[in-house]
Amino acid sequence: MPIQSARNGNLLKPELVCPAGTPAGLRAAVEAGADTVYCGLQNATNARNFPGLNFTPVELAEAVAYAHARGAKLLLAVNTFPPSGQFSLWRDAIDLAAKLAVDAVIIADMGVADYAAKTYPALRLHLSVQAGASSPAAIQFYCESFGIKRVVLPRILTVDEIASIHAQIPCEIEAFVFGNIGLMAEGRCSLSNYATGLSTNMDGVCSPAGDVKYEEDGAGNLTAKLGPYVIDRFARSETAGYPTICKGRYSCNARNHPYYAFEEPVSLNLSALLPDLMRAGVTALKIEGRQRSRAYVKQVVSAFRRAVDDLMQGRDPAIHELITLTEGRRQTEGAFASKKWR
Amino acid sequence: MAVTPSPELTLGPVFFNWHAEKWRDFYFRIADEVPFSTVYLGETICSKRTPLFDHVMPLVIERLRAAGKIVVISTLAEVTSDKDRKCVETVCDGEGFTIEANDASALRALRGRAHHIGPFINAYNEVTLSFLANNGAQNICLPPEMPETAIQALCANTNLRKTSIEVIVFGRLPLALSARCYHARAHGRTKDSCQFVCEDDPDGLNLTTLSGQNFLSVNGIQTLSYEYLNLANDLTRLREHGVSRFRLSPHTCDMVQAAKIFRRILDGDLDGAEAISQLRAILPQSKFCNGFYHRKPGHRWIEAPPPESENSAMMRDTTALA
Repeated sequence: MPIQSARNGNLLKPELVCPAGTPAGLRAAVEAGADTVYCGLQNATNARNFPGLNFTPVELAEAVAYAHARGAKLLLAVNTFPPSGQFSLWRDAIDLAAKLAVDAVIIADMGVADYAAKTYPALRLHLSVQAGASSPAAIQFYCESFGIKRVVLPRILTVDEIASIHAQIPCEIEAFVFGNIGLMAEGRCSLSNYATGLSTNMDGVCSPAGDVKYEEDGAGNLTAKLGPYVIDRFARSETAGYPTICKGRYSCNARNHPYYAFEEPVSLNLSALLPDLMRAGVTALKIEGRQRSRAYVKQVVSAFRRAVDDLMQGRDPAIHELITLTEGRRQTEGAFASKKWR
Repeated sequence: MAVTPSPELTLGPVFFNWHAEKWRDFYFRIADEVPFSTVYLGETICSKRTPLFDHVMPLVIERLRAAGKIVVISTLAEVTSDKDRKCVETVCDGEGFTIEANDASALRALRGRAHHIGPFINAYNEVTLSFLANNGAQNICLPPEMPETAIQALCANTNLRKTSIEVIVFGRLPLALSARCYHARAHGRTKDSCQFVCEDDPDGLNLTTLSGQNFLSVNGIQTLSYEYLNLANDLTRLREHGVSRFRLSPHTCDMVQAAKIFRRILDGDLDGAEAISQLRAILPQSKFCNGFYHRKPGHRWIEAPPPESENSAMMRDTTALA
């Protein structure tokens, strides 16, 4: 897969990689200017295994044709971990990806990667953020073992660290620039399974909707629960967030009041850091949100399309509109700007 | 039923920041009194802690070896900073030790050398396991969220003579890792300015929900369960499936006694129910969980079915409220 790279000063034109939760979302993303879309099948083989989301094999075939006819690429996320006894479901997903000639498969499990690399040497493999490869040696291990062509970096690295990794690895870098940000190392978190019995790694779902409950008290305050556990409470005037364990409020004996023990419920927005990321050697900019609405995807993708095009033509990118789309309207540059947050 | 070698009891690495002397004395007692075949040593959570007990490490290794224990050194689970990388490299470069890899950078350093796979590496299926075995893995400690069905299938599809399977059976469940230090955060500090505040909580810092439920426990960058995993009821079936190594995870409770209880179950001298009641005496303030093994929410405690109706019994499913 050739990388489109128009030079502008030091900047290589990055590939804009956009979420496609449904066929309609995929068309919206391509029309809004996505260079590449990524999607998953309707089962546990991908990390957004939510009801009403994702693609049947027929829809995937149509999506590949649709994207390719418009000059866009399609990536299939097969980025969960098959438990023993169920490997065939993941093997079928790889077989389908090869048959439909998707532009790359995003994998996390070493067994799935091994199967894909041995069975379809021509199939391009990207390393999912779920593989949790956060150091050059870890990334090199996957590249040497499976011929990985691109790594999706965890959201925990600073721009300087990304630049340093770029210099030490033999593959391209894809970095998250917008959407839901988690600080727990991806692919290494069983918190949701601990509360609900469904595993992010094996079932592809974190905070499953069936285990979410909102309970309202007499004063209109909302308590958000996941399984039996209270994750947060919201006053009538507050926007109630979705209960995700790593974004909840808890108490401990080191604090007088409940606090966000892991992180604030904020969204990642790196639009202001785009030039820095591009200089750091990032090939592809990834927007999170396969679970989001078509209207959201259209807005975010359009805004990033304009921002990237502005940058490439030497203009200041207009990115303010993205703030209204972030979670609770609060945004962060996350780990990327500095490491003081650690 | 798979043919398995005689079952071994192993001791996982201490996840917590214990004072060096306390850490040393703990292992001295383990060396002298406990029937562990293998003891995993080393810092798996935070590279900043390693200098704190470097000076007692050789003494502990010597004492354990003199007592006939096999010492395996475990590597760091989450590798992000240069200090972390250096820490993993130093361990993997060490000669004369078997190493347990806990991240992919260690897998690279150990490629072609006999080594172990730790529970922080995602080895969920036989294809991954076979790949890891070709890389040099001789023993694999499974991720703690693996259900019995998957463990059984994995053992059935594995050459257990070549690669042994190890399962964690006791201790707070390691649930998540992060680049951020939650101990430092709880105290209004950052990882770089932590002043090793994690040493105040030798079994983790407990988090309760807004309604006062005990939920999680944090240890530096790690998040663990509040409940203690206890698979005493399930050892016999795990053995039947082909699991040959059973790992206890160290806590400040009486680990010598805990180990003796688990050893007696493996030797057929104690049944699960009696073992659980004895383990409750060691941890009177705590609750046990075994949900992951039964493909239920991990925090739950599932009672063993009555032995006489083993084949038809529905698992009695009780949320641990005891």
